[in-house]
Amino acid sequence: MLHRLSFIPGRLLRAVPVVLGVTIVVFLMVHLLPGDPAVAILGDKGTPQRIAALREQLGLNQPLWLQYFSFLGRLLHGDLGNSLVNQRPVSEVLFQAMPVTLALLLFALVMAMLISIPLAGIAATRPNGARDLGVRIFTLLGQGMPQFWVGIMLILLVSVNLRLFPVGGYGLADSDHLYYLFLPALTLAISMSPTIIRSLRASTIASLGSDYVATARSKGSGGSGLFIHHVLRNAAIPTISVIGVNLGYLVGGSIVIERVFAIPGLGSLMLTAIFARDFTTIQSVALFIALFVIVVGILTDVIYTLLDPRVNFSSKERA
Amino acid sequence: MSTPTALLLRAQEKRRSTRTRSLKAWYRNPSLIAGLIVVGALVLMAVLAPVIAPFDPVKQDLQNSLLAPGGAHWLGTDKYGRDVLSRLIWGAQVDLRIGFMAVLIPFVSGSVIGALAGYFGGWFDSIVMQIVDIFFAFPFYVMVIVLVFVLGAGEVSIYLAISAISWVAYAKIVRGEVLVVKKQDYIVAARLGGMSHGRVIARHIGPNVMSQAIIYAMSDIVLDIMAIVTLGYLGLGVAPPTAEWGSMILDGQEFITTQWQQATIPGLVIVVTSLGLSWIGDGLSDLLSPERRK
Repeated sequence: MLHRLSFIPGRLLRAVPVVLGVTIVVFLMVHLLPGDPAVAILGDKGTPQRIAALREQLGLNQPLWLQYFSFLGRLLHGDLGNSLVNQRPVSEVLFQAMPVTLALLLFALVMAMLISIPLAGIAATRPNGARDLGVRIFTLLGQGMPQFWVGIMLILLVSVNLRLFPVGGYGLADSDHLYYLFLPALTLAISMSPTIIRSLRASTIASLGSDYVATARSKGSGGSGLFIHHVLRNAAIPTISVIGVNLGYLVGGSIVIERVFAIPGLGSLMLTAIFARDFTTIQSVALFIALFVIVVGILTDVIYTLLDPRVNFSSKERA
Repeated sequence: MSTPTALLLRAQEKRRSTRTRSLKAWYRNPSLIAGLIVVGALVLMAVLAPVIAPFDPVKQDLQNSLLAPGGAHWLGTDKYGRDVLSRLIWGAQVDLRIGFMAVLIPFVSGSVIGALAGYFGGWFDSIVMQIVDIFFAFPFYVMVIVLVFVLGAGEVSIYLAISAISWVAYAKIVRGEVLVVKKQDYIVAARLGGMSHGRVIARHIGPNVMSQAIIYAMSDIVLDIMAIVTLGYLGLGVAPPTAEWGSMILDGQEFITTQWQQATIPGLVIVVTSLGLSWIGDGLSDLLSPERRK
């Protein structure tokens, strides 16, 4: 088992230039602002004193490379700078918002699986049959609907008409959170499941036609036991990497969905910062999200390797 | 909604097909025809907006605000008394124009960069692929939202923001294609025959690798339209009072309990648009890579 994880150090090493690149991109964002960044950030609130103070705070008076290295140095100490609006350390606000978004993402992922596994199973048992067609229509629509609009439609149907779930917010008590996150997570799940269904359907069809399923059948297994132990387990492997590479997209979607449902996570933090022109907060959230995507990418590779015993043998077999 | 990475993976899957290009009769391709009809109708609606829209899309009439559908205002009026149908029709102009235009720069720049990286390989390729990896770490919406903020509101910023991100996908697709094509005998022969690198890329490689990029472009237009309406919904898109589908949904959300159709209808139009475009994409991929479908 463990020797299969020997690729991890190399994988981590490969992530280093990407992480550095991400910090450079985030650092350079401030310099993309037209003209003097300090003037651009302050907008009409910029008095000469405030501009000078902000230039000092952002370190804009130093040469570019020096600015980058001090930015990087502060990052390594966990210092993301202070909010330009209320001067609180951004890291504080960030770590308050992060669990909310993580909970939303996890919930959405679970729901996406709950939607996708049965639908892909239904579609794969009789490809091109009526039920497959139904599933295909669902995936087509799921892809064509803007995420935020799905959210609004769910609010309309489930909250306003059926009064089942709240129209927004996160709830006060810990026990409320799941209830409040249900619709936002469902929204994200609906827009993510077409991708998962597509992958899972294809791999389930391949798995159903494989020798090991034929063998299991000939030994007398069938029904849900066969489906779960033989078909799904193998079909899930390629799907995991599909989910992994798309998680970044899920994160991007959650930014918008948090806005629709007024959830106090990273997305709301970022959009509030955008409207307040709070540049350090915007930078930090973007950086944090990118790092999160990189980490998830590595984790996916690890899970993939652990789940797929063939990874060490040959890749020909899988094709 | 399909994700950029998923589209990319699918495009790469399609690449495995052989390179024969027997152009089947395009008119016998149902999904292409259906897509062309839908998108054609929408484009026609956008172009004819000044003629067919019954009212001025931005003219306020506060005495007639929030009218229910029916009468002179088929789809009712919004909170400023603007005719919803007219805003919907004019909105097509804004959303389709930006959607189609935003694809152009990344299509060209990404394809050129990807072709050069794939063809020459070496350090240039490593650097390009490193940059591609870095850009892939940022979710599309995060990057678009931040860049539109940084560059300032407006249509040009939207073009630039989308271009700055989506070239990556084209570069990756075209590079992958070039890696396959450049090993083919006819390319080797062309080089041995004394053709310059530039001519080989332009005459022999280019035409053979572009089909996947073109197919991807169709789904990319959908992504871009989604990004534009999302920006509009977030209040970061085209400035009001210009009619735009995303901001119409935002305006309608306020009155979801009393006037549900205001947020619903623009969304339905977006769904129809993206269905039409993905049908064209499916049809094109049938035509351009006929071996793919089993």
